[in-house]
Amino acid sequence: MKDAPGTRDYDWWLLAILAAICTVGVIEIYSATHGSPLAGMHMRQVRWLVIGFALMFALSRLDYHLILDQAPLLYVIGIVALIAVLVMGHSRFGAKRWIPILGEFLQVSELVKLIIIIVVARFFAEVRTDELSLPDLIKAGLLVGLPLVLILKQPDLGTALVLLPMLVVGAFLAGLQWQHAAIVSLVGILAVGSVFYPPVSRHILKPYQRERVTSFLHPEEDAKGSGYQVLQSKIAVGSGGFWGKGFGNGTQNQLGYIPVRYSDFIMAAWAEEQGFKGVLLALGLYMALLLRLVQNAQRAKDRAGMFLVMGVAAALGFHVLVNVAMVIGAMPVTGIPLPLMSYGGSATLFVFLAIGLVMNVRLRRFVN
Amino acid sequence: MASYVIVGMVGVLLLGFWKLQVIDSDKYLSMAERNRVRSIPVIAPRGRMLDRDGRVLVDNRPSFSVLLLRDDPALVDKNLPGISEGLGIPIEDLKDDLSTTRNLPKFQPIVIKPEASDADVAFIESHRSDIPILEMISISRRRYISGGFMAHASGYVGEVGEAQIESSNGRFRPGDFVGKTGLEKQYNDLLMGTDGLRRVIVNSVGKEVGPLPTQEAIPGKQIQLTIDYDLQQVAEQSLGTRPGAVVALDPRTGEVLAMVSRPTPDPNDFSVRVSKEEWKRLNEDPLHPLLNRAIQAQLAPGSVFKIITATAMLEDKVPPESYTAFCPGYATFYGRQFKCWVYGKSSHGVVNFRKAILDSCDIFFYNVGMKLGIDRLAYYATKMGIGHKTGVDLPSEESGLMPSQEWVERVFHRKWYAGETISVSTGQGAVTTTPLQLARTIGGIAMGGVFKQPHLLKDAQNVGEERFNISEPTVQKITDAMYGVVNDGGTGASLKLAGIELSGKSGTAQVIGYSTRERLGKQKKFEDNAWFVGYAPRRNPEIVVAVLVQESGQHGGTASGPVVRDIIKAYYDKKNKNTQGQTTVEYNHYDFGEGTNPADAAAVVHAAQSEAPAKIEGASAATAAIIPPQPESQTVPPPSKGTRR
Repeated sequence: MKDAPGTRDYDWWLLAILAAICTVGVIEIYSATHGSPLAGMHMRQVRWLVIGFALMFALSRLDYHLILDQAPLLYVIGIVALIAVLVMGHSRFGAKRWIPILGEFLQVSELVKLIIIIVVARFFAEVRTDELSLPDLIKAGLLVGLPLVLILKQPDLGTALVLLPMLVVGAFLAGLQWQHAAIVSLVGILAVGSVFYPPVSRHILKPYQRERVTSFLHPEEDAKGSGYQVLQSKIAVGSGGFWGKGFGNGTQNQLGYIPVRYSDFIMAAWAEEQGFKGVLLALGLYMALLLRLVQNAQRAKDRAGMFLVMGVAAALGFHVLVNVAMVIGAMPVTGIPLPLMSYGGSATLFVFLAIGLVMNVRLRRFVN
Repeated sequence: MASYVIVGMVGVLLLGFWKLQVIDSDKYLSMAERNRVRSIPVIAPRGRMLDRDGRVLVDNRPSFSVLLLRDDPALVDKNLPGISEGLGIPIEDLKDDLSTTRNLPKFQPIVIKPEASDADVAFIESHRSDIPILEMISISRRRYISGGFMAHASGYVGEVGEAQIESSNGRFRPGDFVGKTGLEKQYNDLLMGTDGLRRVIVNSVGKEVGPLPTQEAIPGKQIQLTIDYDLQQVAEQSLGTRPGAVVALDPRTGEVLAMVSRPTPDPNDFSVRVSKEEWKRLNEDPLHPLLNRAIQAQLAPGSVFKIITATAMLEDKVPPESYTAFCPGYATFYGRQFKCWVYGKSSHGVVNFRKAILDSCDIFFYNVGMKLGIDRLAYYATKMGIGHKTGVDLPSEESGLMPSQEWVERVFHRKWYAGETISVSTGQGAVTTTPLQLARTIGGIAMGGVFKQPHLLKDAQNVGEERFNISEPTVQKITDAMYGVVNDGGTGASLKLAGIELSGKSGTAQVIGYSTRERLGKQKKFEDNAWFVGYAPRRNPEIVVAVLVQESGQHGGTASGPVVRDIIKAYYDKKNKNTQGQTTVEYNHYDFGEGTNPADAAAVVHAAQSEAPAKIEGASAATAAIIPPQPESQTVPPPSKGTRR
């Protein structure tokens, strides 16, 4: 096994796409926060980006097989951390999601996302049959289900949901049988249905979550209550028009009508100021990113590498879909950030570490 | 396969953006604009009203109104209890305000407290950040001279009604203050300015972050009135609190120098908002304080009408000027007895034209009326201004009524009874006039037949006039007789003023007939209405004053005459002030009798409703809207005693 692959082997296209998305994000964070009490936030984001790049390169050097070997340990660490957060975590915005690490508050669930990608990859890589058996499927479900429930308890519905596409994509690639798929889909539909069915949702959702669901279903009924965020976001996006209002000129953005305009709703701010053409650019970059990830997965030298990269692609794709759909009012507000554009330390670090795994797999694609 | 999923996903998202940003973009753009811009009205102050010498009669005082910005219902709900407590408004009232205005656009603020106290202003200023939905606008409120000074002429303002908004072609908006009555209503277009709009950019928590171009308010125009503050004041004080009215005119121009109506509300009470209870009380008050009696009280003019009968007689020479009647205190027509006002006390004996006016002998004019006939009488009365509106520049003027054959046929589908002419010729029966009409008519006769359109706006354009040629000898004799009423021992002798040719005619009009009065006993409610119409000088007068004192129980010369005298004296005092100094005035304190008509006809008339009169029996007549000629007026009233002075 040859060590230290050359810098030529890095996916420079992928890095260029990443850099472009980060630039767009920093520009819009600046536009959304300059001249407000949050001014300077874009520089803090740049700092996270720098740290993220460093961690990405560091992680890419460490052979992913070594990481996969430690999957059980990582899983235990993740579960313990989640329990620790529930017991003694730091509350912000009404949820226990943060623990202090290195003087910053980090969201444990972001780290757990990464761990689950690794654990799921390891699990399915070891299933050597062409078809995924039901016991294996159930095992995988339990493996993902435990941290999912713990994250739901924080409560953080958005992050919990992100674990599902990792499992689904992994299961498909591992040869999910259509009967099982049908059953799981049915269960999934029932689960989603119960969320939207008040008599049931009353027991399983927190009040704020129910409110979000309600306001998603009937935004006009309560234009200034829970539906306020979605409506203001749609106004921002719609009023941007094709050409946009120009950098720093979005009234919805500058006057604070867009909720958390520098983070979860940054796409609304971007769409208002840059218009449809800007949206085209941003979504084009995300599409290129995801396609590039899929390409890398196909070129992985082994099943484990492929599962790792596809896990990352599934997680990022799900983030983009749910976040952007929320911004245009097509999905309820779930609090999932837009990867690399939304401000946020933990989320940014997660994305870079995940990309670090991808690079890791890529660097070793010829090694054998 | 994964690649297709990715491309499909991005494509669907892009479609979503296309829908919002391209297809529905305009809709969201206007929503964003409404979010961003807050419009706060800048209320244009109303124009002031000045008297003829430029003294302020009606102006404005600064005041703050508290606005509630409703564009964020969540914020409104959250802050209602705090607002209720801070401004001392019951929370139910706030909710009422919100529910009644829920159909207005959300970005339009509503007034929740029209008159903010200093404490309210302090509360709003100190809670700017935590209650960002309160706003104050400076409003200029109407300020009238207190105590109801000139209140009926000036009128008052109030919040515009639904019907007015609809008929205004968008000129009025809910919450606007417009003239409701009087000059405020008549000249509302002049007085009312155009409100401006202060537009500001607000951020998502309602804080103002920057200005936008402001639309300036255009203040209303100031109007100068013909009212003379000094005369108005004398008129107000002289009439006192007695129900009635005063109108002073310059018959040469039609300018109204003073106009008083009693009782009066204080329009300052309406300048903010009238409570429902107060409004109800004013409307149900049996004395009708909201009625402008100067132009809306339609009452029998009593003996003042004899001047018209006399003019008709001299002009038609029917009967000839030399005609005399013998007055034993009563006369009999068609087998029925009609009394003169001296009945039971004395008699007038042989009465000629001049003596008939000086002593106000009813018998003389009964005979004149019988000889002239109702048609000639109605012809002259109508030509000289009775029975139709004067055209004064005030809303809701009443026309009074001059009965005629044509009128009874049209309204009652019956023939005119000759006996009715007897009542009408002395100003009783169905004939009714307003104080303003009488002032204009008597002034016009003294002017030789020029009847100017009364008006209160100083620089009124195209003042109308009606000319009715009255021959010079007739004017001479009539005015001489009216001079004699005051200065030659007539019914107004107590009013004599040294150095001033005060002339005039008294009138004491019965509210109900004698028979009814006897039945009910002598209640104040049914006392006579006292009139006096005086002018000076004797020919081509400069001022004519009509005074009505309602149900005073006194005759015209006693109750109303002094008011006329006071005003005319004040007019000359003012006129002579700089040149001759104060005029010494001699008062004669003789108590003279006064003629009233014995015809058993009621004639109290309050406002409006002059259409479709209903037939009303005696006692209820006092409260009725209009009294048709009663069949009773032809019956001979039983001789009554002790009701005369």
